[in-house]
Amino acid sequence: MLIYAIKRLGVAFLVALAVSLVTFTLLRLSGDPAAAMAGEGATQEDIEYVRTHYGFDQPIPVQYYNWLTNAVRGDLGISIYLKTPVADVIFSRAPTTMTLGLCALTFALILAIPLGVLAAMYPNTMLDRVALTTAVIGQALPSFFFGLILIIIFGVWLRWLPISGHASWLNFIMPSIALGYYATPAIMRLTRAGMMDVLSSDYIRTARAKGLRPRTVLFKHALRNAVIPVVSLSAVQLGFMLGGSIVIETIFSLNGLGSLAWQSIQRSDFEIMQGIVLSIASFYIILTFLADMLNAFLDPRIRVH
Amino acid sequence: MSDQVLNVEKLYVDIPVSEGILHAVDGISLHVNRGETLCIVGESGCGKSLTSLAIMDLLPKKAVRKVNSLELCGESILECTEQEMSDIRGNRMGMIFQEPMTSLNPSFTVENQMVETLSRHRGVTGQEASNLAVQMLERVGIEPATQRLRQYPHQLSGGLRQRVMIAMTLLCNPELIIADEPTTALDVTIQAQILRLLRELQSDFKMGLMLITHDMGVVASVADRVAVMYAGQVVEEGPVLEIFDNPTHPYTRGLMRCIPIPGKIDRTKPLGTIPGMVPSLVGEFSRCRFDGRWESGASGSSVKTTSLAPLQGKNRSFSVDESPKHFVHFCCDDCLHKSGHQIGEDLAQ
Ligand SMILES: Nc1ncnc2c1ncn2[C@@H]1O[C@H](COP(=O)(O)OP(=O)(O)OP(=O)(O)O)[C@@H](O)[C@H]1O
Ligand SMILES: [Mg+2]
Repeated sequence: MLIYAIKRLGVAFLVALAVSLVTFTLLRLSGDPAAAMAGEGATQEDIEYVRTHYGFDQPIPVQYYNWLTNAVRGDLGISIYLKTPVADVIFSRAPTTMTLGLCALTFALILAIPLGVLAAMYPNTMLDRVALTTAVIGQALPSFFFGLILIIIFGVWLRWLPISGHASWLNFIMPSIALGYYATPAIMRLTRAGMMDVLSSDYIRTARAKGLRPRTVLFKHALRNAVIPVVSLSAVQLGFMLGGSIVIETIFSLNGLGSLAWQSIQRSDFEIMQGIVLSIASFYIILTFLADMLNAFLDPRIRVH
Repeated sequence: MSDQVLNVEKLYVDIPVSEGILHAVDGISLHVNRGETLCIVGESGCGKSLTSLAIMDLLPKKAVRKVNSLELCGESILECTEQEMSDIRGNRMGMIFQEPMTSLNPSFTVENQMVETLSRHRGVTGQEASNLAVQMLERVGIEPATQRLRQYPHQLSGGLRQRVMIAMTLLCNPELIIADEPTTALDVTIQAQILRLLRELQSDFKMGLMLITHDMGVVASVADRVAVMYAGQVVEEGPVLEIFDNPTHPYTRGLMRCIPIPGKIDRTKPLGTIPGMVPSLVGEFSRCRFDGRWESGASGSSVKTTSLAPLQGKNRSFSVDESPKHFVHFCCDDCLHKSGHQIGEDLAQ
């Protein structure tokens, strides 16, 4: 188990390094940071001054090395637009996005897994079709549109939920649903397929031949094995959701990394964008690592050799 | 008749398939006595597994079971609810499957899977249950048992897993064990060990063993009685010696020709085969089930004939040579005539 964890950790570290290298290079190539920093009315000399002063004239590998060594120390540079340390801005915004992502994933799992299990228990029945339809609607609606529908129904008509800000947990309900619903069909289908597979397996027949109660057979013997692939998928889906948070945070005026990213793109605020990509990627990498660990815990074939 | 551990009368299993209804098991009657091994032999697809699953009430959902009577130790278990059946399964009757590699849950230790059976049926948990599990593992020849107990199925070889399955099935001391080709997936030396073990345990625990196989060699080494199945029916049934000495149904004779018996092999002739293929079981039979499966020249006078006495109330079923335990069944009059046997009295119908 320990060896497995160390291997996974090594992989996670390499992925983080690769992500940072790619984003750094892409951002540097996508525009001239010196021009952006100097502002609109700047002369050529001003731009050249900024370029040498901030080291943008140096080769990209050197810039990357400098940035990385600073980043490791927690220094992600200074925001060009906000003139404050990037790390501070990100730390103040990150909790909102992380909360949103985790709530959305929780919602998706709570909806998708029971639907998938039900659909697998009664395949090709009305119940199966209703479950599938419920899940597929989530994928058919773009999440911004679904978000707007939620706002109109629960925020404007019924006035049950606040439509903007992040003052209380109530603010997270609608955005989490809008974001999480999008991930339900994939998770539900995988749960259904996994569950159907497991339910027709020999060891389930053995469990029944031992006289175990139906709920023991279903929840202990079947679900345990059927969720193993769902865990990995959830981590991937969370990655999509973090990307989707740009739209959702903007619609619901949540001050998270998503809306910060949107603003920073408009302002060509390279340092911030760099920091956001890195922190979202790190969050994603950490969760993937945790998913791997959870799988190893669930599946002894991964853990024990 | 309480020395009968299992008694099944007129069991039918129908499965709806796209082309119609598949009569997988077609009116089988069987019984297993206490302390006895009944071997069921037959080709692949003749309905052996479905028969055993029907007895356990574990048929696939779409399969329909019809049975006149189903008794465990003299009590009918036909009217049992699912709840009552699950109290019986794993407790009074257990089943061992063909695939040791996939029959244990990969996510749980041997201990976990054995203890849960004990706690389900005996209410025994914790250390006490673990100790019982260890004893049973030792009983089926697993060493060192305490260490194996903590392992996961993927850490065990096929033979060991089948031993674990056997130990798990024996935990509650069942009256009947159904073993569906328990050794088919194992290599030959392990097969012999497992069969010897089953035989031994069966006499120690005084239980009834219903052993399904398609291997006449296995039958010869472990059976007390044999039921030969063909296309969903039992065509011949009797004590193992009578079946081997005096196979009466041409199909049984065909099976006998397919086994190499040491000392009796004529090396100038190829080992026998039964021509043709198993008929489709979908729909009603319009022709004989053995159409195309008669060996040329097998009919008529070339084979040893036996005198048959019709059984009361059973169509085309006969007792052989007045033995009280040896029966043969023909699916149609045509078959009966072709087999060339003499009928003791006038043909009933
Ligand atoms: N779930 C199912 N759906 C449709 N047909 C089935 C199903 N299970 C079994 N059958 C059919 O029923 C017949 C009997 O099957 P069964 O599994 O009892 O045979 P068997 O004698 O155990 O064969 P084998 O020696 O290969 O295990 C076969 O023709 C098989 O194709
Ligand atoms: Mg079978």
